[in-house]
Amino acid sequence: MASHGIRDRVAIVGMGCTPFGEHWDKGVDDLVLESSTDAVKSAGITVDDVDAFWLGTMGSGISGLTLSRPLHLDYRPVSRLENMCATGSEAFRNACYAVASGAYDVVMAVGVEKLKDTNFSGLAMTPPPSDGTQVEMTAPAMFSLLAPAYAEKYGVDEGQMKDVLTHIAWKNHHNGALNPRAQFRREVSKDAIACSPLIAGPLGIFDCSGVSDGSAAAVIVRSEDAERLTDNPLYVKALSFVAGPASGPIDPAYDYTTFEEVVRSATDAYQQAGVQNPRQELALAEVHDCFTPTELVLMEDLGFSERGTAWQEVLDGTFDLDGELPVNPDGGLKSFGHPIGASGLRMLFECWLQLRHEAPAERQIDTDKTLGLTHNLGGAPGECVSFVSIVGTRVT
Amino acid sequence: MAGIIAYGAYVPYFRLQRAAIAEALGVPAAPGERAVAAYDEDATSMGVEAARIALRGLDPSVELSSACFATSAPPYLDKTNCTAIHAALDLADSAAAYDMVGSVRSGAGALRAGLESGPPTLVVLSDVRSGRAGGADESGSGDAAAAFVCGEGTEVAPVLAELICWASATDEFLDRWREPGTDHSEGWEERFAEHAYAPLGEQAFTDALKEAGVGLDAVDRLMVTGPQPRAVRQFLKRSGAKPEAIVDDLSATVGCSGTAHAGLLLASVLDVAEPDELVAVVVLADGADVALFRVTEAVLGRRATPTVADQIDSGCNDLSYASFLTWRGALVREPVRRPDPVRPSAPPALRTEDWKFAFIGSRCTECGARNLPPARVCVNCRAIDAMEEEPLADVDATVRTFTLDRLAPSLNPPVVAAVLDFDGGGRYQCELTDVDAGSVAIGDRVEMTFRRVSTVEGVHNYFWKARPKRQD
Repeated sequence: MASHGIRDRVAIVGMGCTPFGEHWDKGVDDLVLESSTDAVKSAGITVDDVDAFWLGTMGSGISGLTLSRPLHLDYRPVSRLENMCATGSEAFRNACYAVASGAYDVVMAVGVEKLKDTNFSGLAMTPPPSDGTQVEMTAPAMFSLLAPAYAEKYGVDEGQMKDVLTHIAWKNHHNGALNPRAQFRREVSKDAIACSPLIAGPLGIFDCSGVSDGSAAAVIVRSEDAERLTDNPLYVKALSFVAGPASGPIDPAYDYTTFEEVVRSATDAYQQAGVQNPRQELALAEVHDCFTPTELVLMEDLGFSERGTAWQEVLDGTFDLDGELPVNPDGGLKSFGHPIGASGLRMLFECWLQLRHEAPAERQIDTDKTLGLTHNLGGAPGECVSFVSIVGTRVT
Repeated sequence: MAGIIAYGAYVPYFRLQRAAIAEALGVPAAPGERAVAAYDEDATSMGVEAARIALRGLDPSVELSSACFATSAPPYLDKTNCTAIHAALDLADSAAAYDMVGSVRSGAGALRAGLESGPPTLVVLSDVRSGRAGGADESGSGDAAAAFVCGEGTEVAPVLAELICWASATDEFLDRWREPGTDHSEGWEERFAEHAYAPLGEQAFTDALKEAGVGLDAVDRLMVTGPQPRAVRQFLKRSGAKPEAIVDDLSATVGCSGTAHAGLLLASVLDVAEPDELVAVVVLADGADVALFRVTEAVLGRRATPTVADQIDSGCNDLSYASFLTWRGALVREPVRRPDPVRPSAPPALRTEDWKFAFIGSRCTECGARNLPPARVCVNCRAIDAMEEEPLADVDATVRTFTLDRLAPSLNPPVVAAVLDFDGGGRYQCELTDVDAGSVAIGDRVEMTFRRVSTVEGVHNYFWKARPKRQD
């Protein structure tokens, strides 16, 4: 399979990101208006300068009209995309390709989701008509399968495993407490996390990401145009997207300790970007911490830790804000909630801030590294889609 | 020689102690317990389970000409319920499926029709019984199913119990009735029932013995059932039958399972009866039906597994009254804040009928891998359209991993979702049922069971779940 990538051919020149949370007083129209106007403002252009749009949302609207109507766009192409929880990343990926192809000069990727109007706990999808044989498992239940499988395979006892998952939640809440855009802006003690009511398997409520509304947007141009718009564009080094064969739940060989889709998309992305050692080369990683065991497994699937060692490195603080490789320095899904279409672009927004040294001082990563990674996942262990991007401040 | 070629019975896993009802309602306690269909069972699904036991090990040369389903609790009206049983058992398209539903007596009628029909016929009797809270119907009744393959018998599928004769008596009187759409029966006072049934039972029983040319002493086992306990007791008393011949009516362990009960008692007798025994079944329901059977040598090699007694012994004895009421819809509980299940859609359910109803997966003819659900592209080798049918309903599995889902809507939370590895290959993720959520462990052995997963907008979603293996 050929995957050539578009390293350094396009760059982000402007971004916007709304606060994530319970926006009882704002609708989808308000959220996309805020993120997209912030994004063009940050690029020093107007919406009229944008040639084409990619809108990512899972359930907050259908068709490009979801964006063109509230902005009253003047007869522009607007694609509306859905790729489960990787929807926002998918909007970004396709927008980048459009610029790289030369079809357009200036494009925008917008992600949005309004979950708090559903009145449900957690995420809810409207499935297509079916024969009724699909098992109704909630997302926390599906991802909870990772924890005992990982513990069993690597000889981690129940108490240690609980400590590992608790540390991940504690770390992300700690980071989120420093972020004014996060849904949850308070530190949570490890005791409170460990003792929270059980939702599925060993996962308590604090092992699960929240439910929130939000929107984020990025303006993308060809790299040669980028310097004209900003002094410090964020070059797109790699974009990799993988849809798995969905064989895990029906293949006896699958052991619920890894996402092969993530391994494949990460490998592809590192190859595109020329990254040899992600742990050493990345300034930060924004990963899909939908549930705490997901983040644990991702540390290995993304190549940050050797197999069977991530649990110890989590406990050692390797991925803390002041650790060797800060993971989810903005607070992650854990602090932001997961407005599906917006999350992938929200991750990029943190790279935008951190790599340009524009993050608030209390969580700015002190580093001269120039690369950031975002990882976005949709589906469940054994059957998912995975996206990995690498962005950086220098053309290489 | 017409008779029973194969039989099976099903007693659901859960038991409600009658003392639990009494404690909750502050009324005097009756002794014993009753069997309770789980939150995911109905007359159809229990009928499938009984029929699976009956058909297990039956010689494949037996071609069923029809299946007949009797219940007083049909999940559907207008639509034939027996077609779901037919589909779950993967019966031949050429076999017909009929319902005889509504009254308790339809159970006796279905069995008689099967025995007298000539070509092999599957008779499925199943019932979900209850009544108003605190009443005798609620505590005295039970849920169960029984199934029989009736026919002339062949060398490889001989008759286990030969029908000697069937006698009936019928009259019109108002001892018990239920308006369609309501979930409890009304009845005239029991002394009236006693009065009305006495001559009918006596007449039918006398006629049967006469036709068989035997005296009362020749009856080795006598089972009597009907929805009026007082009339049943009176019949037994007046019959003059020897006490050792009177069969335990399972009122202390199962309760009276209405339409299914004569079949359940007959199955319990076939589990233990010796060749040449004369067995009498008496049903007192809107008249009287008396059937006399002679047990044959063949019963020794064709007893059902598990037996009725095995199933009674292996149940869960501590179902709470609150759960019972919840499962029956009498206690409306606060749901989780999650979307309601959606109803199955008719065209996809027809397209995947073999999978949905009979749990038939596929096996790749290129690499041999099992595919669940059946697929056109092999999960293992990606060969396209190189599949043959692979029935999996009777294949056991091992729990590879599992989780307790406390967020998913259920009448019996938490939902236990498990990843199953089937003996001989193949993996599937499904729900566990009839299980203590706290005791599930990786490595547990499970078997498949046919269940009603949900009911939405009047549509019952039937599919398979796994339950802890009852015995190896």
